[in-house]
Amino acid sequence: MLLQSVLENSARRAPQKIALVCRGERLSYGEIDRKANQVAAFLRSQGIRRGDRVALFLDNSIEAVISLFGILKADAVFLMLSPQLKAPKLAYILENSGARALVSDTAKLRAVSEVIHAARALEAVIIAGDENKIEPGLHRNVVAWSEMERGSGSQAATGNANIDVDLASIIYTSGSTGDPKGVMLTHLNMISAATSIIAYLENVPEDVVINVLPLSFDYGLYQVLMTFKFGGTLVLEKSFVFPYEIVKRMAEEKVTGFPGVPTIFAILLQMKDLKKYDLRSLRYITNTAAALPVTHIRQIRETFPQARLYSMYGLTECKRVSYLPPEELDRRPDSVGRGMPNEEVWLVDDRGNRLGPGATGELVVRGSNVMKGYWGDPEATDRVLRPGPLPGEKVLRTGDLFRMDEEGFLYFVGRRDDMIKTRGERVSPKEVENALYAAAGVAEAAVLPVPDDLLGSAIKAYIVPKEGASLTDRQLLLHCKKMLEEFAIPKYFEFRDTLPKNASGKIDKLSLKAELQRLDRQN
Amino acid sequence: MRDQIRNFILENFILEKPEDLVDDESLLEKGIMDSTGVLELVAFLESTYEIKVEDEELIPENLDSIRNIVNYLERKLALISKPQTAQPSAVSQA
Repeated sequence: MLLQSVLENSARRAPQKIALVCRGERLSYGEIDRKANQVAAFLRSQGIRRGDRVALFLDNSIEAVISLFGILKADAVFLMLSPQLKAPKLAYILENSGARALVSDTAKLRAVSEVIHAARALEAVIIAGDENKIEPGLHRNVVAWSEMERGSGSQAATGNANIDVDLASIIYTSGSTGDPKGVMLTHLNMISAATSIIAYLENVPEDVVINVLPLSFDYGLYQVLMTFKFGGTLVLEKSFVFPYEIVKRMAEEKVTGFPGVPTIFAILLQMKDLKKYDLRSLRYITNTAAALPVTHIRQIRETFPQARLYSMYGLTECKRVSYLPPEELDRRPDSVGRGMPNEEVWLVDDRGNRLGPGATGELVVRGSNVMKGYWGDPEATDRVLRPGPLPGEKVLRTGDLFRMDEEGFLYFVGRRDDMIKTRGERVSPKEVENALYAAAGVAEAAVLPVPDDLLGSAIKAYIVPKEGASLTDRQLLLHCKKMLEEFAIPKYFEFRDTLPKNASGKIDKLSLKAELQRLDRQN
Repeated sequence: MRDQIRNFILENFILEKPEDLVDDESLLEKGIMDSTGVLELVAFLESTYEIKVEDEELIPENLDSIRNIVNYLERKLALISKPQTAQPSAVSQA
């Protein structure tokens, strides 16, 4: 089964049914399927072949959804890039993936025009939005979305050469070295994960899911894939920046499913008169990316008494790992539950020995949802994909430490590496430090997480200025803004004359961490 | 008032170039303001102009560009100066 079948099957079964509600437009399954066929025909006409990578760099939009299916229908691999990406990282990903086509939007033209000439593999560029804003010199082969739609591309389906072990997507995620890594996912990986999640959420075609998460985040992307698979309706929003609009839309569209992250729920719970809106249709709420504070769990349940609340845990490398059945929430509010259907999980010690219940160790995941590896990085792949129980099989070492109780429920303990989870995103301290070192006047930089009610963790940067250099928060913020996505920009800066060093002369982060913990306890 | 708001945004939301801040362009589209930014902006408006921003006023029509913010504030402050006839819903475009 290929991933595009989630759209094609629903378009066959219920062509008139509304699949997508976005910025005032309502599109049926039939319409989206035909438009995706047209994108596929266009890409093929531009020389895009089986296995080619096609990058998507645009906000949550109808075009993003249509394109991702169009790319799959062309037997190509889609890369849903964060709309917040800054030019250096965008350039890196286009180069690293060897993307052969790019779909973007006029709102992103500035970043696109900065990197496009260095991306030598690009054969075609499609730009959505106001076509008058596109400069003809942007690329030798640039076409406006509207022009492509008016063109002669066929809206009929064509056959596929791909099979389900071919790649469907590469999702770029923060890597511990500072450069992003491309997680390679096959059609089978993604269909498997979507099927398991739908099974435990008990989704039905009557479900209306609202998505405020970026589609570049797998949690957001899967809302599209899952909703199309079970034949429901997706209300796609660009963000949660204006929470009142979202709540109003939830009432208007009688939304039944609301996926969020702790930051979103914290904002929602701050709204003064949420009770004014009729949200009784809400059947379930899901949380992942970071644990919800127990007080927020209680408040969410008081505010939405009829909704089932799922605490979940996962990572891009296998999409989802576990979920806590809502009826267990009272007994174990701090657990992320057990492995999802059609997946096996266990804990191992440092030597890879399997541990029994009650122990703490690294979580290992086995299942058809586990990725094929990191694009172009066999060493990094070998570190996380290890031999499994069957000959030739690979299982995923998550790098996350958990405790497992006697009944098999998991409790998050920490990361084996020093990745920071903030605003639901995984941030590599190394990437932030690299950006800071690139600023004039910075001699040393160390980045650590500090607890934050709204963000999960906030990022704190310790800076030692070069001799004679005078640095301010503001200068560094401006510099970071050019290099990093919004969520990766430090919230706090502290300037010091020196930083503690360990025996090998490296900055001693453990001692900085201990210092932060002492401060936290004092408060 | 316009300059006060402009300065707040320039000081708190960090732009590469001040000339990128155009009065009638969407702060969201340009990536200048995010969800925590909106909360900071609201806190600033409430403390500086002694108003209360209602939940239903948290909409782009009121807050997503400098022009919208100024228009919103003017309507809001006009209501405060003659409270006997004011209806808070007059500010909400919902």
